[in-house]
Amino acid sequence: MAEGSRIDAVAPAAAARDERLARQSGLRRLLSRPELGAAAGAVLVFAFFAVAAHGTGMFAADGILNWTTVSAQLMIIAVGAALLMIAGEFDLSVGSMIGFAGMMIALPTIIFHWPITLSVLFAFVGALLIGFLNGVIVVRTGLPSFIVTLASLYILRGLTIALSILFTNRTIVGGVKEAAQGSVVSFLFSGTIGDSFFAWLADHNIIARLPNGDPSVRGVPMVIVWALVLAVIGHIVLSKTRFGNWIFASGGDANAARNVGVPVGAVKISLFMLTAFCATVFAACEVFEFGSAASDRGLLKEFEAIIAAVIGGCLLTGGYGSVIGACLGALIFGVVQMGILFTGAPNDWFRVFLGAMLLIAVLFNNLIRRQVVSGR
Amino acid sequence: MTMGEQNLASTASSAIGGPPLIEVRNIVKNFGPVVALAGVSMNVMAGQVLCLLGDNGAGKSTLIKTLSGVHQPTSGEFLVDGRSVVFSSPREALDMGIATVYQDLAMIPLLSITRNFFMGREPVKGQLGPFAFMDMAYADRVARDEMRRIGIDIRDPQQAVGTLSGGERQCVAIARAVHFGAKVLILDEPTSALGVAQTSMVLKFIRQVRAKGLGVIFITHNVRHAFAVGDRFTVLNRGRTLGTFAKAEIKLDALQQMMAGDKELQDLSEELGGTV
Repeated sequence: MAEGSRIDAVAPAAAARDERLARQSGLRRLLSRPELGAAAGAVLVFAFFAVAAHGTGMFAADGILNWTTVSAQLMIIAVGAALLMIAGEFDLSVGSMIGFAGMMIALPTIIFHWPITLSVLFAFVGALLIGFLNGVIVVRTGLPSFIVTLASLYILRGLTIALSILFTNRTIVGGVKEAAQGSVVSFLFSGTIGDSFFAWLADHNIIARLPNGDPSVRGVPMVIVWALVLAVIGHIVLSKTRFGNWIFASGGDANAARNVGVPVGAVKISLFMLTAFCATVFAACEVFEFGSAASDRGLLKEFEAIIAAVIGGCLLTGGYGSVIGACLGALIFGVVQMGILFTGAPNDWFRVFLGAMLLIAVLFNNLIRRQVVSGR
Repeated sequence: MTMGEQNLASTASSAIGGPPLIEVRNIVKNFGPVVALAGVSMNVMAGQVLCLLGDNGAGKSTLIKTLSGVHQPTSGEFLVDGRSVVFSSPREALDMGIATVYQDLAMIPLLSITRNFFMGREPVKGQLGPFAFMDMAYADRVARDEMRRIGIDIRDPQQAVGTLSGGERQCVAIARAVHFGAKVLILDEPTSALGVAQTSMVLKFIRQVRAKGLGVIFITHNVRHAFAVGDRFTVLNRGRTLGTFAKAEIKLDALQQMMAGDKELQDLSEELGGTV
């Protein structure tokens, strides 16, 4: 009965046909949205913790701030990972890049007494260069990005530890907060916005106060602002621009894309640079938050970013996915990680849940893909 | 499909004069010590379908790739509109109006019809910084109209290409090339993986394209498919042209025998070579 096309050929009753097809197309369109699974997952997770973590403060102002911050951090790198995955590549060096970028901010500032703004600029330029190298090697050699960036993962992590030991004889480089006191970059990565709004909320007893009289939430941390800005830009670029079409085409079938003139190499290289950029934003937020860089920062973050993207409906084989989905994936991740803490369940269960979630997401994605390409 | 339509097309084509759209003379292509093309000559005129027939290893794919700018000929003349050309990339050939539709590489199944149709040629409605915004509404409209013109009534141009049948996908790929101003279409075995109904759909569309005055190079194994739409037939064998025949000069059976007979000869020599 659902075989619309066959029936049209026999009965060209225009009005009735259009009505029925429109409905089917709408349903199909909804079902073929890559973020459908993640949206359903997010609803489930919120429903679960609304009951399980009831009365624990998870959904009070400071509780919300807690899990949104964790989600936002992951969202920053998930946006880059998702776009790169849709273009058909992986970047396993994201986690190491976070550690290395942190050192690129802290070491020049602390050891060579560079102005903090210059150090941050240096870190971003350095990271983009490493991303560029990753991309060029993958594109030029045609090797799987899995292997190329696995090499970068080790090289960057090794360099992070070695350089920090070489210059400071320790693996944590502190004192950044003091060096960055009152600077623009410090605000840019660890400040808060909307402070007066939250003060007003506290004045009107809408949110709680800390024992010292401050509102329980001082403002929206910049890490959340970064996550939202990157997510919005990423979503618009992917779905509305020519470059977005090139991303889909490069991941869907690089040869077909090349045959019609899509600059596949340039697209992929620029996205490797994007993941490095995202990792550096992540690193800067942490460095200014804690006032230090540590050589183990960002450990396993590459996998968390990929997991968020996959939960969000990105296909590991490329050519399909969405930024919104990846953001929902990051949100699920943050809510579950923090929710388990709030409910007081042993933290070990988080990993069990995460693995199960990943498996379900991949199975679900497979189903969706078959649904998308089997029209008749 | 009627005789009338066919006559109309052939009179239209004979009315168009001038040099061939594409002509190659004595093209040779070597890959190191391997001679892939040992002197191939052929040409295609506007409003004409040239069928390129030949068995595996005859050099069909090397010839296509040379015509579409993927390979550069080792020697020989390559003329477009009567002028000598050298292509260094497929993009250059495309810019000269030579579009190639590959059998397997034409479409990306998971992408929408619209996104596939405009892949590499996205319509832009505005620029913000480095990003050019796609005019999706226009793209959807064009994709839907072009599909309707072929006779495929799609429910939604945003549906994935994977939902189309093999024949429909070939037609979309051909329609895309025509829409973007191709003068010569090179079709690499567009019917080889298709069933009967799908094949006739593609062949019908090739006739429509010819009637528009494009030149078509139709590569196939299948003499029947070739005879259904072809005006002239060039038979390749072991990197050489066996000959080019106008439709009036040769019967389907003769063409069939030319390919099949050759096949028998090959089989025979293989058998003899093994024992003698």
